[in-house]
Amino acid sequence: MTEPRQPEDAQKGNSRRNFMKNTGLLAGGLVGGTLFGGLLTNQLQKPGSPADNETVTDSLLEARTFFSNSDDFLVLSAATERLFPKDDIGPGAIELGVPYFIDRQLSGEWGMNGKEYMKGPFPQAGGVDAYESQLDTTQDQGPNASTQVPVESFRYQTPMTRGEIFTEGIKALEQTSQEKFKMKFVDLEAEQQDEVLQMFDEGQAKMNGVASTTFFTLLLQTTIEGAYADPVYGGNRNMEGWRMKEYPGPRIGYTADIEKEDFILTKPVSLRNYQGH
Amino acid sequence: MAKKLKKVDVVVVGSGWAGGVVSAELAKAGYKVVTLERGKNQDRKDYIGVKDELRYTDRFEMMQNLAPETITSRVTMEDTALPVRTRKEMMAGTDLGGGSVHWAGATYRWKPIDFEMRSKTIERYGKEKIPEGMTIQDWGITYDEMEPYYDKWEKTAGISGEPDPLGDKRSSDYPNPPLLASPAVKLFKETTKKMGYHPYQVAAGNLSQAYTNPDGEKMNACMFCSYCTMYGCDFTAKSDPLATVIPTARKTGNCEIRTNSLVRRVIHTDGKATGVMFTDTRTGMEYEQPADVVVLGAFSFTNNRLLMLSEIGTQYDPTTRKGTIGRNFNGQFNITFLGARGFFEEKKFNLYMGAGALGGTMSDFAGDNFDHSDVDFINGGGIELRQYGDAAIATNHVPKGTKKWGPDFKKNSIKYANRSLIAWYTPAVMSWWHNYVDLDPTYKDEFGDPLLRITNRYTDQDRNIAKFGIEKCSEIMKEMGADIVDEDEVPEEFDHIYSGGHYAGGIIMGADPETSAVNNYLQMWEMDNLFVVGGSAFPQFGGHHPTATIGALAYRAAEGIEKYLKDKGPLVEAKQATLNA
Repeated sequence: MTEPRQPEDAQKGNSRRNFMKNTGLLAGGLVGGTLFGGLLTNQLQKPGSPADNETVTDSLLEARTFFSNSDDFLVLSAATERLFPKDDIGPGAIELGVPYFIDRQLSGEWGMNGKEYMKGPFPQAGGVDAYESQLDTTQDQGPNASTQVPVESFRYQTPMTRGEIFTEGIKALEQTSQEKFKMKFVDLEAEQQDEVLQMFDEGQAKMNGVASTTFFTLLLQTTIEGAYADPVYGGNRNMEGWRMKEYPGPRIGYTADIEKEDFILTKPVSLRNYQGH
Repeated sequence: MAKKLKKVDVVVVGSGWAGGVVSAELAKAGYKVVTLERGKNQDRKDYIGVKDELRYTDRFEMMQNLAPETITSRVTMEDTALPVRTRKEMMAGTDLGGGSVHWAGATYRWKPIDFEMRSKTIERYGKEKIPEGMTIQDWGITYDEMEPYYDKWEKTAGISGEPDPLGDKRSSDYPNPPLLASPAVKLFKETTKKMGYHPYQVAAGNLSQAYTNPDGEKMNACMFCSYCTMYGCDFTAKSDPLATVIPTARKTGNCEIRTNSLVRRVIHTDGKATGVMFTDTRTGMEYEQPADVVVLGAFSFTNNRLLMLSEIGTQYDPTTRKGTIGRNFNGQFNITFLGARGFFEEKKFNLYMGAGALGGTMSDFAGDNFDHSDVDFINGGGIELRQYGDAAIATNHVPKGTKKWGPDFKKNSIKYANRSLIAWYTPAVMSWWHNYVDLDPTYKDEFGDPLLRITNRYTDQDRNIAKFGIEKCSEIMKEMGADIVDEDEVPEEFDHIYSGGHYAGGIIMGADPETSAVNNYLQMWEMDNLFVVGGSAFPQFGGHHPTATIGALAYRAAEGIEKYLKDKGPLVEAKQATLNA
């Protein structure tokens, strides 16, 4: 199968490090601190755009409710941006609010595995890797697959919640970065960050409790979800994810258009609009 | 000690198409019915404004909470089964209306050969066509006998469709015309027609026009909003129990529906069921509901587990291949619904529009519509191209070779969001001595009762039929003009992902009590006032979606229960089927 060619700038990507350079946040190394996440996001908002009334309270939502350590949040942000980078099509994960989306998902029912079977015993011998399906063939196949995020399914066999897996995973990203490059993950060049992430993707990084692939799969799943879920969850900011995809958002219906041959592009509306009916 | 409630004629467990149809029919006939649903009460209004992809599709809002109870899963008898812990790994519907509320709407009658799988295969290809260990069997009922029940259910549900050119005898047309065809569906139908096949529109539970069913329930015309499979319909335009049989049962005044009522045991003495024991999940209080007839009309897993926990019948033992409870577990797993995805450079489709069952299909490779002499499998399936209508999280399909994250992923996933179609094969699944259900020795639910354990593995039959389907889908997708055609890969082994809701068997139908648990009225051979209705009765899985067959079986069972209430005793004489010997 032919792999479509990518423009040069998209290949290089606009890494988070480049963002930080551009926005001056790396100067003097004064990167830490609780305000960073908010600063970063605020800096990335395009001045004067968009004047959508749904965006007014965005800034008040930019607080961490799960990650208590701001450094962890920065690592998460940088990683999501590599998975879904800003390019000439449109914003990347950070600008879309994906890190905040993930933070909120992890602080709620899903992150706490509220509706998952979490009773023991958990398999001990041989480590968890043996139980976690890493077959590529589970991706995007089978009944119902076409409605789901196309990431691999794995066999969840750990007493850790998703939130705990993220906490461990973020620490492991940092640890791997230190071991491999003797540098902080957020300070790596984009290509180096990709190398670290690739190790997680392939299950080659060291992690407690689960295979690094498991963490990576969750990270990728939530990054895609954060880019495209309704803005009410904190991602897909200003519906920019939907705009890139030409997705119109929830609508009453399309009876008049379902037979039409041409693609119909419509300005997106959100659940807030829809439920306002 | 459970509090004993007032005795009724019939107690029904479950409120989906199986339990719902039985409840409505018996209440209409004047019997006092209590219907017990483990999930919460839901009303049509509870689904207005639900168009939230994350919540419903990716966080499984309408699926059972697995924290208190799930299943365990393994491939072979030698393995240790592990719990299926997350709803990404297993979906089973809950709340009033059950899994029949989130269904897509795809409606197919199963084929004559599905009901006589064993005898017709032998008749046409000889006994050696069935491999040793394949435990397929006849249902004890034929397609012709099932036909009136299919017809009845289709009218209740207001199914919208056109006849299958290769279809089987029908007593009447679908009650409503087919849905409008989108350009993608038209392309599939025109292309396959040119290729010499016999395409038609998928019959749909999404209604093509406003409709009032024979029970007086009104539904609206579908508007192709796309929030369909995994959702309750926002507009009462998808036929489900909440729009049909539940209100029908209620308005008789004879049926009391109790939600948040988790049935945990069938109570029985001296070979007769006397009622059920259930827990109110809000208070923790235990109740006993006595009844003359007990109907298990829940999800297949629940039907199986309740019989096992209640110690009714003889547990199937794979080492002796004897026993009937838990026998012939089957279902459509990740080795089914495989096909080919096409990516179009020049064409763009409005893929954000759609309906659960909007699609084109063809039966040229279904059932025994094609000669199996030279293929290494039996039965077949439909080939479908569906346009569910996808929201933005789902449309992230990229051509093979694209890295699954990073710049290339982003670029291609956006580029192809409205340029990618998939055709898949919906193959039948045969039963085997080694695929079965029993109780897990280790893992327990919140009450300390054992979880249900699935032992299931794939066979050459599964792999060969899947490969065949992928090739056919790939040819079609190429003819449709896709610039890139990616074929699905055939998985080697079962991955413990229970994602489509199509899991069946365990309490199977048949003519012979040695190899079946229920007769063709879904009446237990060993306990004649206990009926077990639903997918649990499939001796093997047909080559199409199961809902219509579950609806039809429920009407069949309701008729049987009425007969039983009048005449008592077994409704069918047991046969020792020599073919199975």
